[in-house]
Amino acid sequence: MLKIKNLKVNTETEISILKGLNLDVNEGEVHAIMGPNGSGKSTLASVISGDPKYVIKEGVLEFLGEDVSEMDPEERAAIGLFLSFQYPVEIPGISLNNFIKTALNQKQKSLGLEPFSAKEILARIKENANALKINLDFIKRSVNVGFSGGEKKRAEIFQMLMLNPKLSILDETDSGLDIDALKIVASGVNKLRSENNSFIIITHYQRLLDYIKPDFVHVLSDGKIIKSGGPEIAKMLEEKGYDWI
Amino acid sequence: MSEEKNKTLKEITKNKYQYGFVSKIETEKFEPGLNEKIISLISNKRKEPKWMLDYRLKAYKILQNMKVPDWANLNIKPIDLQKIIYFAAPKKNQYKSLDEVDPELLKTFNKLGISIDEQKKIAGVAIDVVVDSVSVATTFQDTLKKLGIIFCSMSEAIKNHPDLVKKYLGSVVPSNDNYFAALNAAVFTDGSFCYIPEGVKCPMELSTYFRINEAGTGQFERTLLIAQKGSYVSYLEGCTAPMRDENQLHAAVVELVALDGAEIKYSTVQNWYPGDDKGNGGVYNFVTKRGVCYKNSKISWTQIETGSAITWKYPSCVLKGENSIGEFFSVAVTNNFQQADTGTKMIHLGKNTKSTIISKGVCAGKSNGSYRGLVKISKSADNARNFSQCDSLLMGQNCGAHTFPYIESNNKSAIIEHEATTSKISDDQLFYCKQRGIPEEEAIGLIVNGYCKDVLKKLPMEFAVEAQKLLEISLEGSVG
Repeated sequence: MLKIKNLKVNTETEISILKGLNLDVNEGEVHAIMGPNGSGKSTLASVISGDPKYVIKEGVLEFLGEDVSEMDPEERAAIGLFLSFQYPVEIPGISLNNFIKTALNQKQKSLGLEPFSAKEILARIKENANALKINLDFIKRSVNVGFSGGEKKRAEIFQMLMLNPKLSILDETDSGLDIDALKIVASGVNKLRSENNSFIIITHYQRLLDYIKPDFVHVLSDGKIIKSGGPEIAKMLEEKGYDWI
Repeated sequence: MSEEKNKTLKEITKNKYQYGFVSKIETEKFEPGLNEKIISLISNKRKEPKWMLDYRLKAYKILQNMKVPDWANLNIKPIDLQKIIYFAAPKKNQYKSLDEVDPELLKTFNKLGISIDEQKKIAGVAIDVVVDSVSVATTFQDTLKKLGIIFCSMSEAIKNHPDLVKKYLGSVVPSNDNYFAALNAAVFTDGSFCYIPEGVKCPMELSTYFRINEAGTGQFERTLLIAQKGSYVSYLEGCTAPMRDENQLHAAVVELVALDGAEIKYSTVQNWYPGDDKGNGGVYNFVTKRGVCYKNSKISWTQIETGSAITWKYPSCVLKGENSIGEFFSVAVTNNFQQADTGTKMIHLGKNTKSTIISKGVCAGKSNGSYRGLVKISKSADNARNFSQCDSLLMGQNCGAHTFPYIESNNKSAIIEHEATTSKISDDQLFYCKQRGIPEEEAIGLIVNGYCKDVLKKLPMEFAVEAQKLLEISLEGSVG
């Protein structure tokens, strides 16, 4: 589904961040990416989703067999890519409800499909809000305005469920969450998890992986993946820190 | 700003003004120029009584001793009043039934999205349509008449309700108020008149639609709205004009009178032709709008200003009576070479009077937008309160937003609050929207609508959607 080969990425100001990264994600797989601060985890998430702040210098970035390195972020989203932001941005005056409706129907439009009816959308909103224990009043509030840290992350996962992406990247979605919120967020991910949907979970901590069992764990350091393996790697990191590698 | 954004920014400036067509309606018009003879001709043409002609001639005398105001933050090319045509009218006007209407005129209405037939009846909006200088059709008069509401063109009002006109015309905006008010008083050709009797809540939106069609004509409409004690009315005006190379002058006067306990909601969606992307043409929009509030009454001005090459407009409230309330909600969008200097005046005279000002400026291209406001608390206005919020949103690097708030307080018990912000659409906001699959242009529309929401929600339901679309059209793709 996602194929990354020898990816080298700089910032707009020509600072080298990713220095030859390789990663393959197949249908139905959950990959966890761990690594110390500044190793390039968030940059990887941003580059995959097309953030113009980063420039690809070299390498291959394919999604669903297509070279997406030149594609606009909205096109990547339309074919099934989702990023749960580490720091979701505020959009005053636009309710989460309105925002997700716009996004959903925009996606339909890009795919050449009919827009969803208000009724269909409402049913989906209710279902997903229930799954994440979100109050419907919450959905009427402006996108991320005045949301607590936990509410922001929950709103991200809500949007993920609504958009039903093929590949979801969760960028430190667990940071700042208490244990109850963490369980809810994990349940959202597990709800979407299937043999067709894949995930890249960027995290600092083992504890999220207690609730979302990854198939693979990678350690990212200085712009490269330096170790890959199963869930046992995350446990070792938790015990011994990054020096262990 | 990235290359890509520069490109989109350029693309929007090519955005076509969708109302820029000219209708081939047979018109009758005067020679250009302004003098006593022309004024007498206008008055004569409209079969006005002598008092009306005298009123005009007096205003013309006042005008001759006045100058175009130059205090606004606007760069205005000199206006030659002698080159303007002061009267142009579709040859046949005031139709009894739709069958009589010139098919070209009906086409115009359809293009504008107004149908003066069944559709609007369902929507329950009564409309007065003013093309060039005259009112051509007013709908629903009969329904309204049963409630004692008068809604007609100004010419009919002068003919049929001279006492009301004599009593209130110029009572809020006198001819000597300013240059453009004097010009309007001398040459106004039509407009809407509305009277709501005591205790009556007007059951439908009243609406006037203004259209400049002829080349070289000025439009000078006069609107007078009187809400008797305890009555309520919601009124909306919309405006469009064809695309022309030369600048067309629009100088209107609107007077509102809210008697004890009355409430008037006055909404404007102004979309005059703004000129092209090089700054050629476009309507010069100089408007004086003012309302007087008596005891316990309330006037709310809501305006969505997206058109005109130049906008000079300060809808104001004179809070004369105790406990009266004045409100001003404004969205002013400028793009390309447009200039807007707009705001409000809240004059607190009565005790316990309250005013609220919410102004949202959006500037793109090489445009300039200014908020200019005055909050004046007089000695007699004990416990007056004002809250003002002036926000500006800038798009791109070649536009300017300015704020000129004046506050004059002569009473120690007054509480005045003023908040102001200037912001930009951030790259992070755009990326967030795009990541969710929303393309740049739609994302900008969404963000701007969110920014203007506090004002948009004040508009009557039927028009809120139109206004939202208008904002999106005016700004598609402009980012900074």
